[in-house]
Amino acid sequence: MRANPEDLLALRGLAKSFGRRSLLRDIDLEVRAGEYLAVMGESGVGKSTLLNLIAGLDQPDAGSVVFEGRELTRLDDDELTLLRRRRMGFVFQAFHVLPYLTVAENVALPLLLNGMPRQETDGRVAELLAAVGLGDRAHSRTAELSGGESQRVAIARALAHRPRLLLADEPTGNLDADSGRQVLELLRRCTKDQAASVVMVTHSPEAAAFADRVVRLTAHGLTAA
Amino acid sequence: MALPFLSREFLHILGTGQGGRGLLSVAAIALGVALGYAIHLIHAVAVYEMEQAARSLTGEADLVVQSLQGGMDESWYPVVARRPEVAVASPVLELEAKVPGRTEKLKLLGMDVFRADALQPAFFLGGTGDALDRLRPDRIFLNPASAAWLDAREGGEVILQSGLSLVKLRVAGTVNIPGPPVAAMDIAGAQAQFGQLGRITRIDLRLVPGIAAQRAAQSLQSVLPEGIRVEVPEARAAQAAGFSRAYRVNLNVLALVALFAGGLLVFSSQALAVVRRRSQWALLRALGVRRNELAWLLVMQAAAVGALGGVLGVMLGYWLAQAALDLFGPDLGAAFFRGIAPQLAVAPGAAVFFALLGAAAAALGSLSPALEAARAAPARALHAGDDERAFARFGSPRAGAALIVLGGVAAWLPPVAGLPVFGYIAVALLLIGAIVLLPWLSRAVFALLPMPGAPLAGLSFAQLRAAPSRASLSLAPLVASIAVAAAMAVMVSSFRYSLEAWLDRVLPADLYVRAGGGGDTAYFTTDAERLLRGMAGVERVEFARSVAVSLSPGRPPVMLLARQLDPAAPGARLPLIGESLRPGAGQLPLWVSEVAADLYGWGVGGTIRLPIGGRMVEGVVAGIWRDYARSQGAIVMEREAYRNLSGDERANEAALWLRPGTDPGAVARALAAAFPAGALETALPGELRRISLAVFDRTFAATYVLEGAAIAVGLAGLSASFAAQVAARRREFGMLRHLGVTRRQIGFMLACQGALLALVALIVGLVLGSVISLILIYVINRQSFHWSMDPAVPWAALAAFALATVVLAAATAWVSGRQAMRREAVLAVKEDW
Repeated sequence: MRANPEDLLALRGLAKSFGRRSLLRDIDLEVRAGEYLAVMGESGVGKSTLLNLIAGLDQPDAGSVVFEGRELTRLDDDELTLLRRRRMGFVFQAFHVLPYLTVAENVALPLLLNGMPRQETDGRVAELLAAVGLGDRAHSRTAELSGGESQRVAIARALAHRPRLLLADEPTGNLDADSGRQVLELLRRCTKDQAASVVMVTHSPEAAAFADRVVRLTAHGLTAA
Repeated sequence: MALPFLSREFLHILGTGQGGRGLLSVAAIALGVALGYAIHLIHAVAVYEMEQAARSLTGEADLVVQSLQGGMDESWYPVVARRPEVAVASPVLELEAKVPGRTEKLKLLGMDVFRADALQPAFFLGGTGDALDRLRPDRIFLNPASAAWLDAREGGEVILQSGLSLVKLRVAGTVNIPGPPVAAMDIAGAQAQFGQLGRITRIDLRLVPGIAAQRAAQSLQSVLPEGIRVEVPEARAAQAAGFSRAYRVNLNVLALVALFAGGLLVFSSQALAVVRRRSQWALLRALGVRRNELAWLLVMQAAAVGALGGVLGVMLGYWLAQAALDLFGPDLGAAFFRGIAPQLAVAPGAAVFFALLGAAAAALGSLSPALEAARAAPARALHAGDDERAFARFGSPRAGAALIVLGGVAAWLPPVAGLPVFGYIAVALLLIGAIVLLPWLSRAVFALLPMPGAPLAGLSFAQLRAAPSRASLSLAPLVASIAVAAAMAVMVSSFRYSLEAWLDRVLPADLYVRAGGGGDTAYFTTDAERLLRGMAGVERVEFARSVAVSLSPGRPPVMLLARQLDPAAPGARLPLIGESLRPGAGQLPLWVSEVAADLYGWGVGGTIRLPIGGRMVEGVVAGIWRDYARSQGAIVMEREAYRNLSGDERANEAALWLRPGTDPGAVARALAAAFPAGALETALPGELRRISLAVFDRTFAATYVLEGAAIAVGLAGLSASFAAQVAARRREFGMLRHLGVTRRQIGFMLACQGALLALVALIVGLVLGSVISLILIYVINRQSFHWSMDPAVPWAALAAFALATVVLAAATAWVSGRQAMRREAVLAVKEDW
């Protein structure tokens, strides 16, 4: 099957096993540019593994991952790393903001990694922090932030370099209901503003409700929810 | 109630908890214990042999009547022998005989065989000739060591030097004296052959049964002049042990440094483990384990690691001692115990002591982390993010500063029983104080260093700067290693620089000639002096006489050097230090070496009573001079004054100034031709300088190995703690890999951190090492060996050392942190904090 030119991401016949345990089998999936997709499933069904395969952090046993027309399984580690650095963003369940950097320094990190001069990063960081409602916390240490605030910093960091695809792994898993809702609203608004696509894995129907489309991952494969 | 559970936990930790760091700690402690035990074994057996040898020289004597310098008139023998306290008196002429062509002397005992039989019945055994051999003046008996050293057997010939003539003696049998080379012959023969007619050096006594030695000694001393002393034989044996005590103690301290490094590695690994498993300890506390039970568990865990290292160390130490005895001899190359071949014996008490020392070092190393784990509030410790607070507790600026101040105070305290005990304590306190201060010092240094502009280098720097206490745990072993290595490098460089300057001062002549050099049997006669002065090309000759002078029972004799010297300008010949004094008319000026000044507490202007020519002579200390040649001390006096006081016209050494254009080599050859082969030793000053420096470099070559070993231990510690910290931070590295940081860049970040840590370790370690080097130079070396030296910093070597350390630390960090570049690190972002 050929990839649709409108698709930002296309998975074809993807399979992955760990030892004798077959986790993903014959996965087909397309994500269009600007689309917000939620992948739901029980714990241990392979949602995070799916994200790792999409990000090129792990190699599939079979099948292909085509991102922006490039077959990721044919790229070496350095090419995949540079692709992630320039074209992808990540939001984790545990936030993973660096405790020894300030809020602004955390957000600036992808820009600096992409070679943006330090003096040019300030404007972009200020713009993002304003967008996530942390304009007044730029110079705070992340240790001083609440969980919801930390996740907002993580979203700002994920979008700083204007990625085409944002991968979110249970982004509200460590948050209370209110903070989770705020983060999801923010994630949707910001990605729509930047016309970025989102693949979010979650086991929460409330989180999935923010997506344009929801698919369900089971032991038998992907199905539309 | 918690004990069964804790026992299982304990076994689990031993089995799986420590991994590489545990092994490293075991290895470091084993090394320290092995060195300590090996040095103990080697020295104990060597000293035992020496004491036995010293004791056997006086046979079964109860007392020894000893001349303090140059022997005594034999007319004292009947005076002593007729005393009512004395049952048997045996006169002895003990000489250090010159063997032509050899530097070392042969101890030769001239004995009255009939008297000696009563006191030393086993001495003359093994001869196959007739009994009269023992009375013949040309017969000599060798002990096993001297037979091996001279490669002589019964019936063979031994040539010794008398003046500048050669004396041929036939080997008539063996003398049963253990230990270093000793030979014996009839006393009358020895007196005649070696120009000592009418002279003896001591009288060995057996007392009438029932008379106390102490009382008899007092009674005998009252009838003898001051230049003759009555002493117990044990005093001679004590000299043998005391002779090398400072050397042995310094070697033992080196072993303790290795043990300290082991303890430090235990501290570092335990502290990291305690923080890494903080929530687990908190859980145990929450489940009902008491504070002291938890602390006890952790200390016992470390003690078990230390005990394992101790047991391995004792086994390794025995093997090391055997190998060192085979390779270097019992003095480890320091020439204290020439010619003895002792058999190594296991010392069970010492083995247990050293094994326990290993366990104690490890237990002490774990004490601070164990107490921290026990003190931590369970509620807080159960939550993540409390690490830096826990790390910070391992350092305390106040405690560190207090230890450093105490170390500074200890450095000023005097020696204890002739040993720089407080000097060693000062070094230990400074090292521990600096390590306790490390979090604070790290914070200060990181605050001073500029943030690198490149994002990844900046990220590495920010990570270290934000967690100085954690960083300081990686630094502790490296800082200690750098400080010890730098201190040793500065001390050795200072010593070498001072030795070079000293050699330039003490070798002003064009050619040096020696007959005997401190021995009793080889010397220049007045005829030989005349011949030397008249040699073609010789402009001027200065002669010197050196004789041993015993000043204190239980201490080796000092050398009395009688030489041509202008009392108005002694500095022209002697490397004087400090103030000098011009003695008044009628006063005898003496210039004492700093070793002698230290050992006997002499100062400029003080008076000294010396035994010269069989009587006590009073002199004034006119100056103190630096002498690296005689470790037991030396006193210089004018030769003319010595001649007048002693009547001794002989000389051992001559310094020749040649006429311009004269070839010193040609003069040396002419001298060799004028005297019997091997009777003279000639040397050019450059040659002496080169030989002296070569001996110095060979002696201190081991310190370079030790410096390398110290840095290897420090880097091993850095590697172990880096691996542990990378394991703890793998989610962070995983997140960075998600953000597009390549494996190479992760490696670069780790290398940056390794280099940065090495930089901080170098800044702290070099400052600390400089301070310790001053203590080594001014306190430990001075109090141990009584040699002063001028500090000289080997800048180029230290710069190369610093560069190598930074590069090695970067490489070590990169290699140790490989796990941060693996796929597991990428996936670790899923692990909860």
